[in-house]
Amino acid sequence: MAACWRRSGWASSIKPGRKSDVAAPLLEMLGIRKRFGATHALREVSLTARAGEVLALIGENGAGKSTLMKILSGVYQPDGGAIQLAGRPYAPQGPAAARRAGVAMIYQELNLAPDLSIEDNILLGQERSRFGLVKRSEQRTIARAALAQLGHAALSLDLLVGRLSVGLQQVVEIARALVQQARVVVFDEPTSSLARHDVEHLFEVIRKLKGAGLAVIYISHFLEEIRAIGDRYTVLRDGESVGSGNVASATEAQIVSLMVGRQIAELFPQVAHQPGAPILTAEQLSGAPIPEHVSFSLRRGEILGIAGLVGAGRTELLRTLFGLNATRHGGVLVEQLRPRPTPRARIRAGLGFVSEDRKGEGLAQIRSIEDNATLSRLAPYSRAGWLNLRRRRQAVRGWLARLQVKARGPEQPIHELSGGNQQKIALARVLHQEAQVLLLDEPTRGIDVGTKAEIYRLIGQLAADGKAIIFVSSYLPELLAVCDRIGVMARGRLRAIRPAGEWSEETIMALAVSDDEAAA
Amino acid sequence: MIHLGSPSQRATARVGQLLSALGPLLALACVVLFFTAADAFYGGNTFGTVHNLRTIAVSTSGVAVAALGATVVIIAGGIDLSVGTALALCATVLAVGLRAGWCPWLAIAACIGTGCLAGCLNGILISVLDVGPFIVTLGTMSIYYGLSKLVADETTVRPLPAQVPQWLPDLLQIEPEPGWLLVSRGVWLAVLLAIALVCVLRYTVFGRHVFALGSNEATARLCGIRVSWTKIAVYTLAGFFAGIAGLYNFGRLTQGDPTSGRGVELIVIAAVVIGGASLNGGRGSVLGTLAGALIIRAITSGCTQLGLPNSYQDIVLGAIIIAAVVVDQLRQRRLE
Repeated sequence: MAACWRRSGWASSIKPGRKSDVAAPLLEMLGIRKRFGATHALREVSLTARAGEVLALIGENGAGKSTLMKILSGVYQPDGGAIQLAGRPYAPQGPAAARRAGVAMIYQELNLAPDLSIEDNILLGQERSRFGLVKRSEQRTIARAALAQLGHAALSLDLLVGRLSVGLQQVVEIARALVQQARVVVFDEPTSSLARHDVEHLFEVIRKLKGAGLAVIYISHFLEEIRAIGDRYTVLRDGESVGSGNVASATEAQIVSLMVGRQIAELFPQVAHQPGAPILTAEQLSGAPIPEHVSFSLRRGEILGIAGLVGAGRTELLRTLFGLNATRHGGVLVEQLRPRPTPRARIRAGLGFVSEDRKGEGLAQIRSIEDNATLSRLAPYSRAGWLNLRRRRQAVRGWLARLQVKARGPEQPIHELSGGNQQKIALARVLHQEAQVLLLDEPTRGIDVGTKAEIYRLIGQLAADGKAIIFVSSYLPELLAVCDRIGVMARGRLRAIRPAGEWSEETIMALAVSDDEAAA
Repeated sequence: MIHLGSPSQRATARVGQLLSALGPLLALACVVLFFTAADAFYGGNTFGTVHNLRTIAVSTSGVAVAALGATVVIIAGGIDLSVGTALALCATVLAVGLRAGWCPWLAIAACIGTGCLAGCLNGILISVLDVGPFIVTLGTMSIYYGLSKLVADETTVRPLPAQVPQWLPDLLQIEPEPGWLLVSRGVWLAVLLAIALVCVLRYTVFGRHVFALGSNEATARLCGIRVSWTKIAVYTLAGFFAGIAGLYNFGRLTQGDPTSGRGVELIVIAAVVIGGASLNGGRGSVLGTLAGALIIRAITSGCTQLGLPNSYQDIVLGAIIIAAVVVDQLRQRRLE
């Protein structure tokens, strides 16, 4: 633990060895170490979670948060260090043992059976039965009580979980943790797939867990969320805990500098760029089933942001522009030409698309960096279908250097890279194909702060080079800082496009949640 | 600013790659050594003889050629259950052509062309109907069986010896003539085809597209690859290899037998899987497939030499298939 406090003089509001007055620590992890082969995933990590408190666990990708939580939930065994749960040594031999001891994990991807009812899901694996027969009424009472405790007493127990929104599915998963009599609940980036108002509901639920005397560990990239829900924080960097303290008494700059280990000059670096000639025009573009009748025009050297709730049609707009989704109506003009609505034709016309789903769609995870970076344009290295692999490798080396990708070399498989470096490869691909219009869908999602700043700078640089960029994001601060104009989508329609300076987070949200078109 | 990793890390990665590439070959060496030793102690000491090794190579070659096509299909993320009955159809067409007195080259062209057509039909059905390849080729497996019975008029087709060009059965001579060939022409043909396929997979745009398609179809689509055309090309190529495998089939039997291809698809797929390919697509190697095919034949031959009953061969083969899949799973898990 000493290492932890030594590095965080400014932030340690709780001294080691002295029990806090608020509550005794429910969970203490001390000097946890873990190695995978030659790499130290965790060098020396300590953290304390108290009953009735939310501990925010902060750190860039690769800082060791997931490894630490996998040790807590019994997936990995630590190489050194000790864990105490409610004053007793705790060393789970597997996930089941951890659950029995009262540690519950809520992951980004939920662990629910979509074809079972809410009741069945809540009691999955802990069914109440006699002689093998399920005791229905007892089960229903338990499930209803758990839901009521989370403020969702009205939810029908018989609904199939697959039909619920992601937000409600999360509630079911939390209710299951309650029924398992969890004492520590870990949320691993729970808001990444939630719409804005679901985030508020989730925070309500977390406050209820707090009120019920549970310890909550909350992992997130978003400092705003930590500010909203966290009581205390612990920052991990490179497998060490580098600081802890009260959220209320820390500034964002302090936390960010702890995360990245240096001062970040600017979170949103600006590169001067001038909009030029129009390059892309959407005319009453409608996809199947959304977007509906979207018209706008984009100029070279311009960054157009698209805001909106999840499901508002932002992703669908990009996919329809790129020819991945069918066009129902309307058309797309790229430099006076009308390319056919297929990805191949749109790529030839100068469009490039970076998917929001790096793992499932954006990159072929088991293929090498060079394969992924050049897949959309192999022509420069091929003659009559035969490739010059050496020339290709050289070109990819150039891109790795230009984008400052941390990798062993062009032959390294994608899945070995961190999220930020994977995203750089996805960007390298559209740059390599010399796209003139870049369609970027959540390009900074799941990426650490330092790399985000690099990507903003790159986007600005590309605009300065005369490329046109459409930047879809749920993270309004980056849209407001990076874009020239911002369009807001709601229910499949583009409600308004205005210069970024005329928007604020509040006006964007007001329009994004509005139902009727008059609001535009 | 590029972080290249320490030399030792790079070396470790390279050794890992090498091991996974050579794994099937090592397994083959183990199988051969095991049977040579076991046979020396308990059997007639015939397993390790040049004659027996030549026999194994010759009897593997036909399956190996069909498995080359299946390798491409499986790397592209597909599966082809129809390869067995398709190659029997090709052999039957060849036999019918020869018996009808066609010029041998025309009959051979018809044989290979039938294979290409059968593969092409698989590809078209899979990409146009957008149905899983397992179901489509399960259907065409039956269709091609029915077609070959139709062509053969519900019997086996045996051309007169004079109608069969001598080099066709000679393709599978165990003791080659001239002796400096070491193994029969059929084995060399299979090796040449394998080398050609390695080059196509490694050094062509089409090869890159096949790997991309198998590792992530969504990515392939997003990169502007014409997914449907690539699939049709992949299955047609597999059909081409099935057509050549039909030549071997005919060369071995000197007759066209519609039933001779039944069950072959399982041996073909087993060879590819033992060779280290992943049924999830995106991974597989030609060298591995050849080793896989040889392993299967070496086990069959070894068990026979040891005087073990047929039943043991099947059990050992099954265990090896499962072991190969487990190895693949372990690799996948490491990936996550």
